[in-house]
Amino acid sequence: MRKLRRTRKQRRMRMQRLAVFSVLAGLLLLTALFAEQLCPYDPYMQDYGSVLSAPSPAHPFGTDRFGRDMLSRVIAGARTSIFSTLVLVGIISVSGTAAGVLCAYFGKWTDAVVMRIADVCLAFPGLVFALAVSAVLGGGTGTAVIALAAVSWPKYARLARSRTLEIMSSDYLAAARLAGDAPGQMIVRHILPNIAGQILVTAVLDMGTMMMELSALSFLGLGARIPTAEWGSMMSGGRSMLQTYPWVVLAPGSAIFVTVAVFNLFGDALRDCLEP
Amino acid sequence: MKRYIIRRLLSLIPVLFGITFLSFALMHAAGSDAVLQSMDASGITLSREVIDARRAELGLDRPFLVQYFSWLGGVLTGDMGVSYVSGRDVFSTFISKLPATFLLAGASILLTVVISLPLGILSAVRQNRFTDWLIRGCSFVGNSLPNFFTALLLIYLLAICIPVFPVISEGIGVRSAFLPALTLATAMSSRYLMQVRTAVLDELGKDYVAGERARGIRFSATLWKSVLRSCMTSLFTLLALSVGSLLGGTAVVESVFLWDGVGKLAVDAVNMRDYPVVQAYVVWTALVYTAVNLITDISYHFLDPRIRLEGGRR
Repeated sequence: MRKLRRTRKQRRMRMQRLAVFSVLAGLLLLTALFAEQLCPYDPYMQDYGSVLSAPSPAHPFGTDRFGRDMLSRVIAGARTSIFSTLVLVGIISVSGTAAGVLCAYFGKWTDAVVMRIADVCLAFPGLVFALAVSAVLGGGTGTAVIALAAVSWPKYARLARSRTLEIMSSDYLAAARLAGDAPGQMIVRHILPNIAGQILVTAVLDMGTMMMELSALSFLGLGARIPTAEWGSMMSGGRSMLQTYPWVVLAPGSAIFVTVAVFNLFGDALRDCLEP
Repeated sequence: MKRYIIRRLLSLIPVLFGITFLSFALMHAAGSDAVLQSMDASGITLSREVIDARRAELGLDRPFLVQYFSWLGGVLTGDMGVSYVSGRDVFSTFISKLPATFLLAGASILLTVVISLPLGILSAVRQNRFTDWLIRGCSFVGNSLPNFFTALLLIYLLAICIPVFPVISEGIGVRSAFLPALTLATAMSSRYLMQVRTAVLDELGKDYVAGERARGIRFSATLWKSVLRSCMTSLFTLLALSVGSLLGGTAVVESVFLWDGVGKLAVDAVNMRDYPVVQAYVVWTALVYTAVNLITDISYHFLDPRIRLEGGRR
């Protein structure tokens, strides 16, 4: 009885934690969505009257070397960074899951070929993909997203594949097969609902990692193009001024840190609720 | 066992082929070659005929597959062509950057063990007390910091505010290796100390710990002798997997600290569109990745009798 009460309390605490972090994550998404309305200044407007001014009431995060307001750039950067991360995670989780489920379901040749391709992609440096994609399509955030998608989907494919194999050997799936369900029906009705939770948790926990990887590519000059407000490239631009004007680096850096932290906490809370 | 190793080795061949082929195809699709690059570099516009003649001279007019196989043949004999930018031999340039990357990898693994092992054990022993919360908090912060931000923060704190270490590396040495190694170790320890904590907690819950306590053996003796040994294995497995990414050269950290290793070479080559060097980097990462995977698989095979049994039955 006491144990039961405790688990109930634990569950309530978990739900509360999930609620808090989903609100925080939601706030970040809203910031990204309404970035234009939230910026106090135009993030691209150069003002040579106030170049590299320290944080003040007028410019809470200071200004950069072109006199652009850092707060506005950080907010505008939220849109670039968070949206591109969402797109990236969406692409890899959907395509990876599809590949994994199909491999497990059809086996044999499909499985062997797709999994070898996955091995190749896993061993391929994302940096080099980014180079090749940027040479063909031109640079930009899209380049970094494509490059990272190409090397990150195998993780989901492997997860989905092993889970599907597990489910395929279960009795209820044999029953469904006996009942005469078509392959498509089996996948949509019985397999996908069973692995969706795990994939979702992995995807949310991946948000932080992927955001860091995307901004790292931008930091190296292979992601967002120069004037675009993006956290990684803002840090790269300010890195030589670290000694005298630290806010140019600290503002976007803290933005990445806070966003990654919120998504990690949200993912943890979600996992605790979905997979107790 | 022997059959298992042979099978694993054979399954690597298509992967290595795939990686080299993919990188070659990507560079081909990127659409620039040695002749155009040298033309861009020298700033002289050449006529169509001269470009074609030079291409024929270098064998760049041959079909794509022929070029791929002749390049692959070169790779096997240690000939990867010359750099578009410096004009030097790619293979020897690449080899000359390896020691720096090895040093950095070694230093950061050493630091990771030194940081994550004691903290992980401490955190497990003091479970749910203040120390545990503090350590877990730090680990969470470390997990949410991107490498380049950690690097810049460490530079700001330990090289600018308190000038203890050089901002950028002054040659390849232990003093210059410290900050980049600490950057890498921060990220790795944050992850590993939680794993060590879990492993130790698992071990502490086992019956023999209670048994030893009942027999009056001091807790510290149990901890250091039995528990530590069992979690060392799990830590080393994790480290083995990290070695792969470290030896691939940690592009971001090496280029922030201007550490003259493989990763920085790759970033520079990528920014300059120096394709032969990029190719060499791809081959290297592919080799490291497959080798590390192979070694971990085989060592699992040796270490864990359950897996060995399964392999033997097949």
